[in-house]
Amino acid sequence: MATNQTGEHVQGKRIFFYVWGYLLALTAFEVLLAYQQLNLKTMLAILMSLSVIKASLIISYFMHLRYERRSLVITLMPALIFIIGMMFAVFPDSLRLLQLGIR
Amino acid sequence: MASHEAVSNMHGAITGESVWNGGGSPYAIGSKKLGMWLFIVSDAITFAALLMAYSYVRVGSSLWPRPFGASSIANATVMTFVLLSSSVSMVLAVRAAKLGERSQTVKWILATMLGGIVFDVLHIREWLGLIEEGVRLFRNPWGTPLFGATFFGLTGLHMTHVTVGVIYLGIIALGIHRSKFTSEDVEVSGLYWHFVDLVWMFIFPLVYLMSAKFV
Repeated sequence: MATNQTGEHVQGKRIFFYVWGYLLALTAFEVLLAYQQLNLKTMLAILMSLSVIKASLIISYFMHLRYERRSLVITLMPALIFIIGMMFAVFPDSLRLLQLGIR
Repeated sequence: MASHEAVSNMHGAITGESVWNGGGSPYAIGSKKLGMWLFIVSDAITFAALLMAYSYVRVGSSLWPRPFGASSIANATVMTFVLLSSSVSMVLAVRAAKLGERSQTVKWILATMLGGIVFDVLHIREWLGLIEEGVRLFRNPWGTPLFGATFFGLTGLHMTHVTVGVIYLGIIALGIHRSKFTSEDVEVSGLYWHFVDLVWMFIFPLVYLMSAKFV
């Protein structure tokens, strides 16, 4: 840990390499998964969840949001998650699109 | 330096004068950084809409093409590795900037830009290969015609972001070299770069891995 001339707290390097390692490991796991004969919906669910984990790692550590003031997190994140959630409200339709006979 | 004064004023205002008297920013960050965060949220919504449209068509089609053979997947995995590593060099640039090490900052920003350029080159090679195989926006030799539209739309917007990011980082590196910009500017450009990396973490599995060709 070190501080710069304005007294700001500057983080150690090590955490970034740990996060990098985790991200690479998750990526390798995803690539392996691509060659398993999984059901498409299961695959989508697993890949999407892994991606959300990777995204949160990037946001928390690389983008430093974990160390920002809580008020910033509360301003940014719930609204974003809500809007994306609203987009996915119609998503279940795609799962039965084929049964509906629409090409 | 004027900019350092601005930063310390900002911090002083937060700890010293009451927020109700107009002293201090509620988020304890500069306005540039807040602006970039707000832009990132809106850009995230754009990408989410495209990804959601892609996934919808992907799951709802019976004849989705699986054109990505082992070499394409390997290529995309290398691209992911390059982008993730460039994110690490970006955090190192931000760290060096905060410690006031100017030449180190420029060096790490240049490394990040190199990562972005390698990513772009590999991606364009991938695109040209697909176009050669006959993939067009609304037509391809294998199945659902919308494959091209979703693939080129999604990866094209992302590639644009990477290219813009490389230019942006170039300007920041030049500014740091000439001592015109401060560590806050580096940090803000870092936020943008990590966001571009983050979006690829969704595009790579959803677009490439879900359409891998089985042998």
